Amino acid sequence: MLRADGITKTFGGLTALEDVSFSVRDEEITGIIGPNGAGKTTLFNIITGLYTQSEGKIFLGDKDVSGFPPEKLARLGLVRTFQNIELFGQMTVLENIMVGLHTRSRSGIVSCAFKLPGHLKEERKIRANAAEWMDFCGISDLSGVAAGNLPFGKGRLLEIARAMALAPRVILMDEPAAGLNSRETEHLADLIRKIRESGVTVVLVEHDMELIMDICDSIVVLNLGRKLAEGTPREIQENPEVIAAYLGSD
Amino acid sequence: MPSMKKELLTFFLFAMAVVIAPLFFSGGYLMNVLVFVGINTMLAVALNLLLGFAGQISLGHAAFFGLGAYISGVLTATCGYSPWLTLIIASTATSVLAFVLGFPILKLKGHYLAMATLGFGIIVYIAFNETVDITAGPSGLTGIPNYSIGSFQFDSDTKNYYLIWAFTLVTILLSVNLANSRIGRALRAIHDSETAARVMGVNAGFLKVQIFTLSALISSVAGCLYAHTMTFISPASFGFNFSIELVTMVVVGGLGSIYGSFFGAALLTLLPEFLRTFQDFDILVYGLILILMIMFMPGGIVRGIPEIAGALLPAFKRTRGENA
Repeated sequence: MLRADGITKTFGGLTALEDVSFSVRDEEITGIIGPNGAGKTTLFNIITGLYTQSEGKIFLGDKDVSGFPPEKLARLGLVRTFQNIELFGQMTVLENIMVGLHTRSRSGIVSCAFKLPGHLKEERKIRANAAEWMDFCGISDLSGVAAGNLPFGKGRLLEIARAMALAPRVILMDEPAAGLNSRETEHLADLIRKIRESGVTVVLVEHDMELIMDICDSIVVLNLGRKLAEGTPREIQENPEVIAAYLGSD
Repeated sequence: MPSMKKELLTFFLFAMAVVIAPLFFSGGYLMNVLVFVGINTMLAVALNLLLGFAGQISLGHAAFFGLGAYISGVLTATCGYSPWLTLIIASTATSVLAFVLGFPILKLKGHYLAMATLGFGIIVYIAFNETVDITAGPSGLTGIPNYSIGSFQFDSDTKNYYLIWAFTLVTILLSVNLANSRIGRALRAIHDSETAARVMGVNAGFLKVQIFTLSALISSVAGCLYAHTMTFISPASFGFNFSIELVTMVVVGGLGSIYGSFFGAALLTLLPEFLRTFQDFDILVYGLILILMIMFMPGGIVRGIPEIAGALLPAFKRTRGENA
């Protein structure tokens, strides 16, 4: 579904990523782990079009999407969430999700300004659909709350609901469990599994090892900008190089 | 978000108020001021779409207003075209310019965008002053005809009031519709987080250019109406000061509130008239009022007054209770 091929990224003289290749299989949960500064978020930013790689290619399905801007990737079904949640703070929970449905509606400025019939029909559909996604993530009771006033954990759920509203093929989540308590993390794990079961491929960057080992089908380990290992959670746990990278070797 | 019925009712009541207002002020000097309130409301709504919704600053909006006024003014006064035809020519030409200008300029953010639009406004202002052969320069362009339909001339304040407010009401209605649509949501999303909006598939770059163009289009239409109401225009009306005044109207009225733009425009148009009694001190009082409003109603008049009323009401009740 998603494949990175020889991704290298340099910032000035600093090499953040060097020749990283991996692939994500359909309808699986793939975790990307690694110590701080391993280049996980940089990799995410490249895949989602926020950065441009110095070298290498990204494929979505069979399509070469290297260098595509985020809005174009969104239309192809690739979406992400952010480490420090990026919500539309002044808009309500419902409206945030309705923005997630932007690519699935097409009324232009003229149609919206004149309230043409097509637009009204579309608006009703958007509203109903957004309500379903609120329900999917369990935040229906917060519909009218301004996103900026949400507690952090609920904000996370909203961000996921908003991303899912796009009907993506792949969802990338940057540290979704960061800042959540254990009960919220458990709820998150269930939600991520539910997302996989709905047929969406999930890629996670995460520090919470328990969560990663629990829900991931496969794991990619980065260290100092290079890929260290790739495999099932069990393989990764037993890999001596990974253990050395995390615990330090003598 | 208000329901559709409530929205329509608000608009209906507002339109009724606009229609009957001249019954109370007809003939007086205030009628002339209310014509300006209409033009300024149109301009403030236009700028609000860009500033309040998309969150993109423009310190050069007076230029679009001026371009509308001058293109229409010159083509009618000098070339003898019909003002209705030049309304279309002027607004189309200004929109095309805004569209072409929008692509490079809206790549800039924050202070840089402010500087670029400021620069654009100043260039246009200088052009109005210096192209004396076309615009008659600083002394101003005279002989601009009024609008007319058949033999009916829009030659009084009351007639122009209805003409201008017809355009203003349409602008308000369309803007409210736009604000409550997927385009309005996408604009507010860009305002809050452009990155997240793009990740959600909003083509932020192009949408910003579109709304910039729409904003310029409305401003240029307001410019045409202004020129043919006044029948005289000079560059001084389209300078940097007026661009700042427009931003002030939008902020005082409330960013992202279409009706707020009306209140902002009305306040900033009427206030100087009422402050004349302070004579030389009027500008100080004017400044003081604006400062107090921004301090106590940072969200603008439309949101601020209910908030303050809500905060004061319990206090009033308490005092009355103690007295009794």
